Amino acid sequence: MSELKKITVQQDPWSSLKAYTTARIALGKTGAALPLKALLEFRLAHAHARDAVYSQINSVLFIQALEALRIPYFYLQSRANTRHKYLQRPDFGRQLHADSHKQLVLFESGGYDIAITIADGLSAAAVNDNAIPLIKLLIPVLQQANLRIAPLCLVEQGRVAVADETGSLLKATLSLILIGERPGLSSHDSLGAYLTYEPSVGTTDERRNCISNIRPEGMTVAHAAEKIFYLVKESLRLKLSGVQLKDNMGLLPQ
Amino acid sequence: MAYHCSIRNRNYTFSNLKTLLAKATPFRSGDALAGLTAASYEERVAAQFALADVPLKKFLQEVLIPYESDEVTRLIIDTHDAVSFAPVSHFTVGQFRDWLLSDDADTATLQQLAAGLTPEMVAAVCKLMRNQDLVSVAQKCEVITRFRNTIGLKGRLSVRLQPNHPTDDPRGIAASIADGLLYGSGDAMIGINPATDSPAAVATLLHMLDEVRQKYAIPTQSCVLCHVTSTIDLINQNAPVDLVFQSIGGTEKTNSSFGIDINLLQEAHDAAQSLQRGTVGSNVMYFETGQGSSLSANAHDGIDQQTCEARAYAVARHFKPHLVNSVVGFIGPEYLFDGKQIIRAALEDHCCAKLLGLPMGMDVCYTNHAEADQDDMDNLLVLLAVAGCNYIMGVPGADDILLNYQSTSFHDALFLRKLLGLRPAPEFEDWLHKQGIITEGTAFNSIRGELIKGIIQ
Repeated sequence: MSELKKITVQQDPWSSLKAYTTARIALGKTGAALPLKALLEFRLAHAHARDAVYSQINSVLFIQALEALRIPYFYLQSRANTRHKYLQRPDFGRQLHADSHKQLVLFESGGYDIAITIADGLSAAAVNDNAIPLIKLLIPVLQQANLRIAPLCLVEQGRVAVADETGSLLKATLSLILIGERPGLSSHDSLGAYLTYEPSVGTTDERRNCISNIRPEGMTVAHAAEKIFYLVKESLRLKLSGVQLKDNMGLLPQ
Repeated sequence: MAYHCSIRNRNYTFSNLKTLLAKATPFRSGDALAGLTAASYEERVAAQFALADVPLKKFLQEVLIPYESDEVTRLIIDTHDAVSFAPVSHFTVGQFRDWLLSDDADTATLQQLAAGLTPEMVAAVCKLMRNQDLVSVAQKCEVITRFRNTIGLKGRLSVRLQPNHPTDDPRGIAASIADGLLYGSGDAMIGINPATDSPAAVATLLHMLDEVRQKYAIPTQSCVLCHVTSTIDLINQNAPVDLVFQSIGGTEKTNSSFGIDINLLQEAHDAAQSLQRGTVGSNVMYFETGQGSSLSANAHDGIDQQTCEARAYAVARHFKPHLVNSVVGFIGPEYLFDGKQIIRAALEDHCCAKLLGLPMGMDVCYTNHAEADQDDMDNLLVLLAVAGCNYIMGVPGADDILLNYQSTSFHDALFLRKLLGLRPAPEFEDWLHKQGIITEGTAFNSIRGELIKGIIQ
């Protein structure tokens, strides 16, 4: 048998169009199939996203950062005790575990202007990478504005609405949660921030303000800190949050 | 009324039809979240035995949500075609399953039967079927629709080209459109999910799509997927609207959470019809559905998610859509946990929709927090293509950079067409030849025409 021809991948002659989009265009083909390079690149991106979903909060990093900022904190768990449970029972991720709930009750808060909660959400990697630099910028600004900041709550296996419970138990006027967003193939480290005025259990999403896509390639932490601070001030001034609280800061990313 | 089944010395009682349907459903996380699943494997099969003995007629008498309180129920009952139903009216659900798999149930017979079937009947029979049954039965159905081309013919597989971009940048979108067309995708439609629902942005995209289509005389239809109220406004402002998109659900409350009702859909349908933009037909609606939407909207009324989904098809059927798309894996693992559940749900949705006479396509997809990957999607793609699915999605490299989920790619469509000898819609296939994009059969011209020049401007 004669030697088989080595197949070179059929390139697409329109690869110049890649300049206009980050979509996976002009990948070329072999037969009808993706060339191996494109296949492995996709698989790597998916691996990053999967690893992000199963990543864990780096408590050592957070504790160091919070101690440096001289911010007291609670380390709490939601009712979803495993990632498996978390993925199947969104209702459990929205509630604190009974022991964690008790810790906040026993604390007997005297009331604060703002409670900050940090939860892993669907990407602890996003939280580990982006939440620490964000609070390092945000907390000093809030302190300079003479806002009373509650002890910070770190919540494992938490969803957005868990901040309704932490915020209300800490008797905070405003509840802010920083949480890992659902990872995309090109963004496994995207952090979200949600702000709720007068948090209470059962609050629905139209009462929240959201800042999304906080990561180096999206909205930078500096920009996000500025925007959160603006929304905090406006929310306290207008005594509301959600669809009625408009972002008129003119800082939307291009 | 209650339904019973005894297995050995154990008696199972199911208090009503919706409980029976829920307990008979193959396990999925969404039904568990809603607290509706059977308590044991045995109870599930007991429910299936009991369901098999329920006469099909029973579904016309015992409605799942009261007629008075739900307009979807009213639509199902009021538009039921007793004449079409007559040939199977003496069957139980179990007998219906056996008959559907027999050679007596051929394509023409199933087409005549469609208007006589209700969503609950087809949901029930699907619960008794294994995956191969769902494939076999769907494969016998043929649902053909027309706008600027003909979709759903046997031996054809079409593609919705989905060229989304995170900021709706027209050049970025055009680049993805060119990529898709050059890979032979786009016959089902070119449909963009806009990043914002702002009417001005949607209008810009509609005009851009229309210019591209006209410039290259592409026999396909376009859609920008915004809320139906926005589309009605855009039609009134003479925007070039081909197909009207809307997400729909299977209960009145679900639809109200989407900000729609049947009257509003009728208004949109009539507005699009008035434009008379179709050249070979006038199917003008594009509906998206998906198991779990009713639970997500807290509007399921104790009905399992597969049955809720089938009820959405009654809403779709009323408007003779060009395309219906179950966005099966998009909703996330709390509704469909893994590849196994996504694959099962997709085959159910496709089979139910086809039995009801709908032009079903499928967004074969998953999110990154679901226990699924490309291998699961490959399995599902092949199953659906064999089952005669009207179309799939075509997203560059299967990676939707706006919606952050994985769908299927232009390459996936090529793979299926090559593997199974499936061809694009006939008008679109002719166009691909004329453009020099494909030469003989489905072989690709290495140059692929002059199309890329000038598409980006």
